[in-house]
Amino acid sequence: MKQGILSDILDYSNRANPYPLYAELRKTPVFHDGDGPYVISTYHHIQSLLHDPRLSSEARNLAAGAGDPLAGAEDEGASALPPSFLKLDPPEHDRLRRMTNRPFGPPDSPHRVDDMRGFLHTTVTGLIDNLGDPERIDLVDQFAYPFPVTMICRLLGVPREDEARFHVWADTLAASLDPDPGADPKEREKTTHDARMELGMYLAGLIEERRKNPGEDMLSQLAVGHGQDETMSTMELLSTAALLLIAGHETTVNLITNGMLTLLRNPDVLRQLRETPALAVPLVEELLRFEPPVQLLPQRTPLADIEVGGVTIPKGSSMWLILASGNRDPDRFENPDRFDPYRKDIQHLGLGSGIHSCFGAPLARLEAQLALTELTRRLENPRLVEDPPPYRQNAVLRGPRHLRITCDGVRPS
Amino acid sequence: MADTALDHLKANGRIVVVGASLAGLRGAETLREKGFKGSLTMIGDEPYEPYDRPPLSKQALLGMGTAEGTALPRRRDIDAEWRLGVAASGLDMAARRVKLADGDEVPYDRLLIATGVRARPWPNQAEGELDGVFVLRTRDDGVALARRLDAGPRRVLVIGAGFTGSEIASACRERGVEVTVAERADAPLVGALGGVIGAVAAELHRENGVDLRTGIMVTALEGDSTGRVRAAHFSDGTSLECDVVVVSLGAQRNTDWLAGSGLGAGPRGIACDAGCRAFDIRGIVTDDIFVAGDVARSPHPLFGYQFLSLEHWGNAVSQAETAAHNMLSESTDRRPHIWVPAFWSSQFGVSIKSVGVPSMGTEIMITQGSRAERRFTGVYGYQGRVIGAVTFDNSRWLQFYQQQIEATAPFPPPFPTVDRRPEGQKPLPADFPDPSVPTHGPTVTLSGYSPADRRLTFTPAGH
Repeated sequence: MKQGILSDILDYSNRANPYPLYAELRKTPVFHDGDGPYVISTYHHIQSLLHDPRLSSEARNLAAGAGDPLAGAEDEGASALPPSFLKLDPPEHDRLRRMTNRPFGPPDSPHRVDDMRGFLHTTVTGLIDNLGDPERIDLVDQFAYPFPVTMICRLLGVPREDEARFHVWADTLAASLDPDPGADPKEREKTTHDARMELGMYLAGLIEERRKNPGEDMLSQLAVGHGQDETMSTMELLSTAALLLIAGHETTVNLITNGMLTLLRNPDVLRQLRETPALAVPLVEELLRFEPPVQLLPQRTPLADIEVGGVTIPKGSSMWLILASGNRDPDRFENPDRFDPYRKDIQHLGLGSGIHSCFGAPLARLEAQLALTELTRRLENPRLVEDPPPYRQNAVLRGPRHLRITCDGVRPS
Repeated sequence: MADTALDHLKANGRIVVVGASLAGLRGAETLREKGFKGSLTMIGDEPYEPYDRPPLSKQALLGMGTAEGTALPRRRDIDAEWRLGVAASGLDMAARRVKLADGDEVPYDRLLIATGVRARPWPNQAEGELDGVFVLRTRDDGVALARRLDAGPRRVLVIGAGFTGSEIASACRERGVEVTVAERADAPLVGALGGVIGAVAAELHRENGVDLRTGIMVTALEGDSTGRVRAAHFSDGTSLECDVVVVSLGAQRNTDWLAGSGLGAGPRGIACDAGCRAFDIRGIVTDDIFVAGDVARSPHPLFGYQFLSLEHWGNAVSQAETAAHNMLSESTDRRPHIWVPAFWSSQFGVSIKSVGVPSMGTEIMITQGSRAERRFTGVYGYQGRVIGAVTFDNSRWLQFYQQQIEATAPFPPPFPTVDRRPEGQKPLPADFPDPSVPTHGPTVTLSGYSPADRRLTFTPAGH
């Protein structure tokens, strides 16, 4: 079912640099081949569609047999957990997201993320202190993965000793988003289902515990409610917690790793960041444009026949929105393939847009800003050991599996 | 490059901006950004450098931030001569001079008029001057009203339930101050959004403890022996004790100073073309006088080229930028101002946003969400096309409906959407009040096809 350019994009051998393929794809802004998905690759179309109320994120609106090689990845788990708000439309989406936001962001919790600064900084400092042999650093395993995982566990209130178990479940579920041509689908479904089941069981126990002994963490506050008129059911709470955990595990790691990789490929910018730490803020925005951790959104479907760029997309079709391609669209960004943290016009699609835009964006931004600033400040003369680095299999949540670097030493904090 | 008149203007010209608020400032900044090196004079009748008005009816009344703290952020240094605290009092178009209230005159090569609007005062002057009677338009108004609310009044009366009046009532309730709102129409916001949405707004008022009285007029304000307001009398014969009254009856355009100048200026604003050039009273476009912001009325291609007046923040910025660009451009390089109207309001914890011209709509369809939940999108239809949209806590969808308006998409929308409820299956009458009855609500005014406000007698040339 995967033909031509789509199978090239999904092909692991193109993982290190899919951007020329995206450029090719943009020549046909609404690409459709055979029974595959409708693939949207230009900035303005994607931006419009993200605000288009005729598009659904719910799998039940997909026509039977709509050719989506990614479909079914999570639905199979439906027997274990109901869909999270990522895969729901309003009003259910709005209700759940609003409740989830209460212990996380303004107006109810305006200081939650900012209050984590101290802990973020301590964690980053500790991880860099313990990098060990400066000539043999794997930035993914030693820094970019443990940092956001520590943060999301802290935020949700997952005990640190359970992080290793989470690691396995999160990896399995993130991998399920990816069409792995080699894997036996039946086997994969079962693995995914089991992982969701186990994660659900674990979280159910934790929520039970938090209901009895609530703490300051988000899970406690979601479990006991905010004294408002609406509360989440236990099943909704489980799905939401699983969503936050997986999103917290599998996206920021790529943002940080892609960031360090990009800085090491652009030594001038790396030097400028070291000299001017405040550059981290626009630099992370440019990074979200240049190497977005979520490359494409594979779960939209129109509720009616819609016309996009002169092409009619039938009701119930599977649609992919290639955010990473829109971010490199020369009709929207000047010199799109240039990494330029001084870019003024930076309305990127890296965190999505519209009602499903990244829930954890404030935390992800802060984590990436802090991580890149501190790595740049403390690593002496860092260099890539291999370029390109080895990538994860996943074409959607794309990022290096390892980022081996060497440096002359680690400055004290 | 040849030394054209335009080059000369850019290098040595004199540009005068009358009106030192949002549009005036953004216009001046754009002039400098576009390479204007000549002399720039900013004339403003208030003694303050440009400040932002929306917070005056919101944060400033809640004691979050002060009315004094609303200075507009500057995009760049404009290197201007500021004539603040002195109003423009006249215009000599032939001599190209602006007359000031202090008797001074300022010559110009190009003039940008951005004098905006002022609060419509209480029609009875003596009553309007009672202590405790306010309007809310300027920073001084905001400071005075906020101070009075700080003092803990027993009851505030807001006259007029347009956007500003509703925001003031909301601020009062948030501060725990008792407030009565008197509105001539049947519900708040009806002039701008129609009766269907007005009914939702009325519920918001009442749920938040506002004593909302509709279909009623305030006939008189009564003072005590010390000249402080103590009561208001209504058209139904009742009266109300109150110690603060906020008159919120809309705005009047600041065009009085142009009377007799020959410019096409009147109560409905200053007519200009799509390129922001002012018309004179004969309907002939001037080439050296430009208009921007609330005081302007200009033809809009999306609305049948009717002249449109917009009291909208975003419009002021956009129109000032276009005017400034065109002031320094050859005719073929000029750009039209074709901004799609958009505004926002925040009241009773609800964010209200709108695009297009809802008040042109004859029908409305609730395409997403539910009025009962106070989260919905309403789409307005006019002659079979989408003409406007409003959202209550649903603004992330607004961009889609703006595109529908720009594309003159059919109404009622023929497609399903997410979050469609039973109430959104078919259109309802939008229920706007009779346009011949004056209201103070709408912040968009369609004012016909004539560029000049005065009637001209057409006399065919004799043979």
